[in-house]
Amino acid sequence: MTRTDMLTQSHLPMQAEQAESATPQWQLVCHIEEIPRLGARRVERAGFAPVAVFRTADDAVFALIDRCPHKGGPLSQGIVFGKRVACPLHNWSIGLEDGCAAAPDSGCTPRVAVRQVQGMVQLDLAHFEPGSAAADASLPIACSHDEPGSSA
Amino acid sequence: MDTLRSLDAVGPAPLPELPQGPRQRLVMVGNGMAGVRTIEEILRLAPELYDITVFGAEPHPNYNRILLSPVLAGEQTVDQIILNPRSWYEENGITLHLGNKVVAVDRTRRLVHAADGTQTPYDRLLLATGSHPVMLPVPGKDLEGVIAYRDIHDTQTMIEAASRYQHAVVIGGGLLGLEAANGLMLRGMQVSVVHLMPTLMERQLDTTAGGMLQSALEARGLRFFTGAKTQALLGNQQGRVRAVQLADGTELPADLVVMAVGIRANTDLAQSMGLHCTRGIVVSDTLQTITDPRIYAVGECVSHRGTTYGLVAPLFEQGKVCATQLARMGIGRYEGSEVSTKLKVTGIDLFSAGDFVGGKDSEEIILSDPVGGVYKKLVIRDDRLVGACLYGDTVDGAWYFGLLRERRKIGDIRDQLMFGQSHIGDTGHEGKSRAQAMADTDEVCGCNGVSKGRICKAIKEQGLFTLEDVRRHTKASASCGSCTGLVEQILMFTAGGDYSATPRKKALCGCTDLGHEEVRAAIRTPQADGSRLLSVPAVYQALAWRSPTGCASCRPAINYYLLSTWPREAIDDPQSRFINERAHANIQKNGTYSVIPRMWGGETNASELRRIADVVDKYAIPTVKVTGGQRIDLLGVKKADLPRVWADLGMASGHAYAKALRTVKTCVGSEWCRFGTQDSTRMGQELERALWRMYAPHKVKLAVSGCPRNCAESGIKDVGVIGVDSGWEIYIAGNGGIKTEVAQFLVKVATHELVLEYAGAFLQLYREEGWYLERTVHYVARVGIERVRMQVVEDSANRRALWERLQFAVDQEPDPWHEPARAGVDLRQFVPVSI
Repeated sequence: MTRTDMLTQSHLPMQAEQAESATPQWQLVCHIEEIPRLGARRVERAGFAPVAVFRTADDAVFALIDRCPHKGGPLSQGIVFGKRVACPLHNWSIGLEDGCAAAPDSGCTPRVAVRQVQGMVQLDLAHFEPGSAAADASLPIACSHDEPGSSA
Repeated sequence: MDTLRSLDAVGPAPLPELPQGPRQRLVMVGNGMAGVRTIEEILRLAPELYDITVFGAEPHPNYNRILLSPVLAGEQTVDQIILNPRSWYEENGITLHLGNKVVAVDRTRRLVHAADGTQTPYDRLLLATGSHPVMLPVPGKDLEGVIAYRDIHDTQTMIEAASRYQHAVVIGGGLLGLEAANGLMLRGMQVSVVHLMPTLMERQLDTTAGGMLQSALEARGLRFFTGAKTQALLGNQQGRVRAVQLADGTELPADLVVMAVGIRANTDLAQSMGLHCTRGIVVSDTLQTITDPRIYAVGECVSHRGTTYGLVAPLFEQGKVCATQLARMGIGRYEGSEVSTKLKVTGIDLFSAGDFVGGKDSEEIILSDPVGGVYKKLVIRDDRLVGACLYGDTVDGAWYFGLLRERRKIGDIRDQLMFGQSHIGDTGHEGKSRAQAMADTDEVCGCNGVSKGRICKAIKEQGLFTLEDVRRHTKASASCGSCTGLVEQILMFTAGGDYSATPRKKALCGCTDLGHEEVRAAIRTPQADGSRLLSVPAVYQALAWRSPTGCASCRPAINYYLLSTWPREAIDDPQSRFINERAHANIQKNGTYSVIPRMWGGETNASELRRIADVVDKYAIPTVKVTGGQRIDLLGVKKADLPRVWADLGMASGHAYAKALRTVKTCVGSEWCRFGTQDSTRMGQELERALWRMYAPHKVKLAVSGCPRNCAESGIKDVGVIGVDSGWEIYIAGNGGIKTEVAQFLVKVATHELVLEYAGAFLQLYREEGWYLERTVHYVARVGIERVRMQVVEDSANRRALWERLQFAVDQEPDPWHEPARAGVDLRQFVPVSI
């Protein structure tokens, strides 16, 4: 059995308010087989911060802004294990579900809505407004939301 | 029947999914450091598994009992030594009963009866009842003003007495007694110490150090009566103690008597439950009571392999193992601990560990300077440090303790041993290896910019006990690790003597309890059915890894162990390699990459330089830099450009990004140099051609110099070769990095072929035995140069076999820049996905 016909969608508590106001704009990125298992692809969009799309061992996908909250390292280049990724620059461990660093490190990178439809991986562009935290390319990213897993 | 089922539930098979339905009930009796540490570990491993209830006889939440002495001495307050405030219990959903003693446990109905009449059912019971102070059975022991020194209540009684009374007698000149005496003296009392043995702290100090300690404490105002037996405690009309009477009839005035003659495991409850007890509750290596597998015990109340422990380090180790068992990992085993001691009396430094007394079969190295107040004794047996007793200068205590636990052979450093670690070359921290002398603002960890003050603050405020804790919370020593010794010293001085030392056997990472050695052995050894472990997931499954996809620490290590053990057969997993080895270039701080093409022996030519210049222009590469290894580094290359940069360069991969052979640095040698005795450039090129594409536990750098002037700096390389008139000298395990280490002489040979064979054999030995991310200097320090000589120099058949195995491994290894398909390079990573 494959999971490609399943529809998975990451939660969006951070952008819950936006989610209510904006209609999702799903944009095809690639087929899931184009992302290595326990790996990631970096998705570029002119004028916006790049997005890292991760694939776990059991073919779930997650998407985060491709910048570690520590020093802005490209998370898409890190080692993926379980539902976490280790930043390639200084080995911070970032949760794929919440974008937050494992304690005692703290800080979160914004999540991006992602889903799979019959194996096609899609990102929601509605939440990439220029000027939002996601589009601000200055480094590093400050922790913007309190979540379990992000220590105070 | 229930017992049988419970055995199944904690058996070795890990449950991948937690069972649905009501949670299991875990009840802990005792609310002290060992027990609460166990609960913390359980919450970390399996936060959803249990509903937890904790009973504490004292009215306080878990506090740091080690720091009672500083509280008594007025250096810290009770609030400062609380480790887990009540809010911690609430946040973790733990039901806390304070000041409520457990009076009975019904093992058949699995009910805990408390003093307030409540009954609490359990599925698992954890006993952490600690210890009782021993009270001497002398007349008058029940008089008012006669106390033990055990908990916050005793401490407060002593503080209170010090404000109203004049004379105190402490019975017992051990660690605790002296700390109590010192604290009472600082609070203004006149204190006498009565000690049965002829010298103080005889279990921790030899007679010389004990005598020096006594003089130092006498100079501070304490009075001592050693070799003195307490006969009776005499009271006044109000029923309060007034004097201590010794066996020789001497009467010492006393308004307060503190008994500190020892502790005994508190097994009262366990015995009433019918659990087998000797000096403590008897537990197995899984910390289960041998009587009832539903019941676990940790801490001072436990007897493990006939030993009871009273120091925090071993108790935390027990807690960690117990937690893995209760969290149903079923893999941890507690196999006993080494302990060390340090007195927490400000201004007096003493440290002891292991067998510091010695005997007929051991040797001693002693440094004694009674006037200067320094005494050091090291006990050595079979070329290993087995004990240390330090007085006055204890900065190297942590280092000696490390040598002792690792059972490292000390032959090579014996002549320096007494003078401490700072004498054994550590340029990174030369001159500031004395943690005590450092100011709070001084930087300890140069990698992460952590000051001594920040470390001390974190240790005190967050209740840190282990090096691992300090690393997690402050990042100190979490990067290059060269300040590890310094951080251990600070930990020792700040957290008190019995800080939790690094376990002797280091687990590879948090995903397993197995060490590097055990994992390597498991990969080397075929399975029962004759099959072999050839992939990372297969290793994880066979060795019951805690997390099915491992972590960023173990995956690269396992991948390397597989490839180095079974070359051409093991399945390389690019996703288990660091990004540099996946992209075959070095990631830079801004996410671009650097490219270093190979220049054999550091020699290049006009055509290569022209191609490099053209590539720099074509791809607008911002920085071109000459490296220390005689290569040209192109910095700031965009990832998408990498494949075309490689193709346009038309030069072999320099592997500057890999845990592999990096460079062979050479001087010009006899071809041009008027002093040159050997053709070092050609020798270096031959080595580089033979060894390139060789992956290793860490990076490997070589150098070849054509004469003893050593212009290629062969003395600080993993393998350094120096030409002399009659041939070549080979040096190994040098290092120019974090810790500058001069390479050690291995052998002198006559021909180029022999240089290749010896150097190759040593590197193959390192590939087969080194731990991942262990440089040759650390590998050789761990196994000893004698072993290397034996394998590579003495045993010529073994040397040739090693050399052949290395050639077999690198022979068909592809160049990832030019044969990406064969090298398994995922080229998709270089194609940008855009939307």
